[in-house]
Amino acid sequence: MTSAILVSILMTLVAASTPILLAALGELVVEKSGVLNLGVEGMMLTGAVAGFAVAYSSGSTTLGLVAALAAGVATAMIFAVLTLSLTANQVATGLALTIFGIGASSLIGAGFVGRTITRLGPVFPEALAGHPILRAVFGHDIVVYLSLALVLAVSLFLRKTRPGLILRAVGENDASAHAIGYPVIAIRYGAIAFGGALAGLGGAYFSLALTPMWADRLTAGRGWIALALVVFAAWRPGRLLLGAYLFGAVMTLELQAKAAGITWLAPELLATAPYLATIAVLTMMSLGRKTGRLDAPACLGKPFSAS
Amino acid sequence: MTSIITRRRFNFGAGAAAATLPLIGGQASAQAPLGVGFIYVGPVGDHGWTWTHDQGRKALEKEFGDKIKTSFIENVAEGPDAARAIRQLAQAGNRIIFTTSFGFMNPTIQVAKQFPKIHFEHATGYQRAENVATYNARFYEGRAVIGTIAGHMSKTGQAGYIASFPIPEVVMGINAFTLAARKVNPNFKTKVIWASTWYDPAKEADAAKALIDQGADMITQHTDSAAALQAAEQRGVFAFGQASDMKAFAPKAHLSAIVDDWSGYYIKRVKEVMDGSWKSGDVWGGIKDGFVKLAPYNDAVTPAARAAADEVQKGIVAGTLHPFTGELKDLKGEVRVKAGEKASDEVLSKMDWYVDGVQA
Repeated sequence: MTSAILVSILMTLVAASTPILLAALGELVVEKSGVLNLGVEGMMLTGAVAGFAVAYSSGSTTLGLVAALAAGVATAMIFAVLTLSLTANQVATGLALTIFGIGASSLIGAGFVGRTITRLGPVFPEALAGHPILRAVFGHDIVVYLSLALVLAVSLFLRKTRPGLILRAVGENDASAHAIGYPVIAIRYGAIAFGGALAGLGGAYFSLALTPMWADRLTAGRGWIALALVVFAAWRPGRLLLGAYLFGAVMTLELQAKAAGITWLAPELLATAPYLATIAVLTMMSLGRKTGRLDAPACLGKPFSAS
Repeated sequence: MTSIITRRRFNFGAGAAAATLPLIGGQASAQAPLGVGFIYVGPVGDHGWTWTHDQGRKALEKEFGDKIKTSFIENVAEGPDAARAIRQLAQAGNRIIFTTSFGFMNPTIQVAKQFPKIHFEHATGYQRAENVATYNARFYEGRAVIGTIAGHMSKTGQAGYIASFPIPEVVMGINAFTLAARKVNPNFKTKVIWASTWYDPAKEADAAKALIDQGADMITQHTDSAAALQAAEQRGVFAFGQASDMKAFAPKAHLSAIVDDWSGYYIKRVKEVMDGSWKSGDVWGGIKDGFVKLAPYNDAVTPAARAAADEVQKGIVAGTLHPFTGELKDLKGEVRVKAGEKASDEVLSKMDWYVDGVQA
């Protein structure tokens, strides 16, 4: 196998991992604040369709990315109002949000089916981005670098900053945080908005970078993988990065193995490889801890009212 | 349920005063537009499987004008929901209902029993009844044509095939494509990736990339999105569209496409309902019957490839060329179709073996 092929595989791997990483990172922050939003797939889809619609109409993929962020936030706000202000059940509302996102994206996207746009291109100049080897580092688009920077930023925010500490406190013990004067609801609104923005961006990565077109249910269930990844990563950004790339690697290598003619493995078995990998890692993680507990935020999914 | 239809007929009869045309087939009053219903598995969109069926519906409207009234329900899941959707169209007074996906087979049969006077047409199924006919297209004939083009135009002698599930329909396509390409280049190889999905654009694109990485310079697919074509365009290799002309997605890469065209069949069957001659049956139409067409060739298609592809089309239409003419051996070397023989429809519809050159 030549180095050019290896680089090519790496590029595919990174591209496949990026949307999952973004959506999962957003959800990680949401869950750290004590909220469980199962509507990731729905938010990804509204981001994907808004990003495509704006990029197609304006001719600018940058505007498309901004629109995707906004659409993700807007969709997330529906969830926030229902669960935080009206204390609706988070699991049910999250599932409803996904169904809503599928329907809304289908409706908005109806006029855009079959249109194409110019793919989101690499950031660096052609000399670097087009180089057969160097492009492994310099050949990516802006969203890939942004996603890596965001992992670092979120990690530092949660571990090293005071607002990050407060966010975690809200997720671990909302009643105490409220008692010492932190605005629990407002903080959770902020976290959900951030989660929506990243899910929207992750969704738009499908319609702007991976497959520059709009097609119904373009994300094909990646939102659920993102949700699983947060658990997989035990709510740690570093491990989340690792997990997303591992997932991308398994998905990409599965296809490469088939293309390379590795036929002794059943294709159906290969297709389940990413999920088997998830189960394996989850098992190893729970075996590694005496308690078997996975470090979930203590208030995850529980409604809070300040009264 | 029948009361709705009766009331409709009564209203039409009363409103339109005396019927001036003779009663047709001893059924509905002549002036009521004939209801034609369609059940689609996906959204209509603007390309792909469901879109081609909807083109057929539009052709009906064009052909019959206000003599018919068409309606459709899209995005119907293959399962319990389907029966409800089909029953809804039946209760709405449609006289013929086309259910356009394999998974609608059992629900179609089930609903058809409750509405013996309504004609049902199920695409790609094998269960029939007095009032349920089946129809399908010989897509493999189109695949033989694009295989011929691939054989001529491939420099690496390797094609990548993104397949959905190993059902006979898909296996047939892989074999037809490979056999045709190997007639041109005896060393031709088709690498197959089973995507285990009909529809996942990102995965289809990644599969195309993997195939290109491993040396394929012709990409074809039996999955539903145009993502693989976009990947081929990006990597500068050639590809073929699926179900409809997909040139818009990949103007340089798209050499041609297998185009499904149901219009002719739909018009014929609706006409038969009108004149009362509709009978249940099973139709498996190909290029000759207009069920399968080829999208216009890209300018990049060389004159030699073009001529050879046309030759294959002509041969299929004339009946002198059958894409599955023996001797055909499977990968273990067992003879599946004897020398000089043509594979029977039964052999085709149960195909679960690969011809030489397929790597699956």
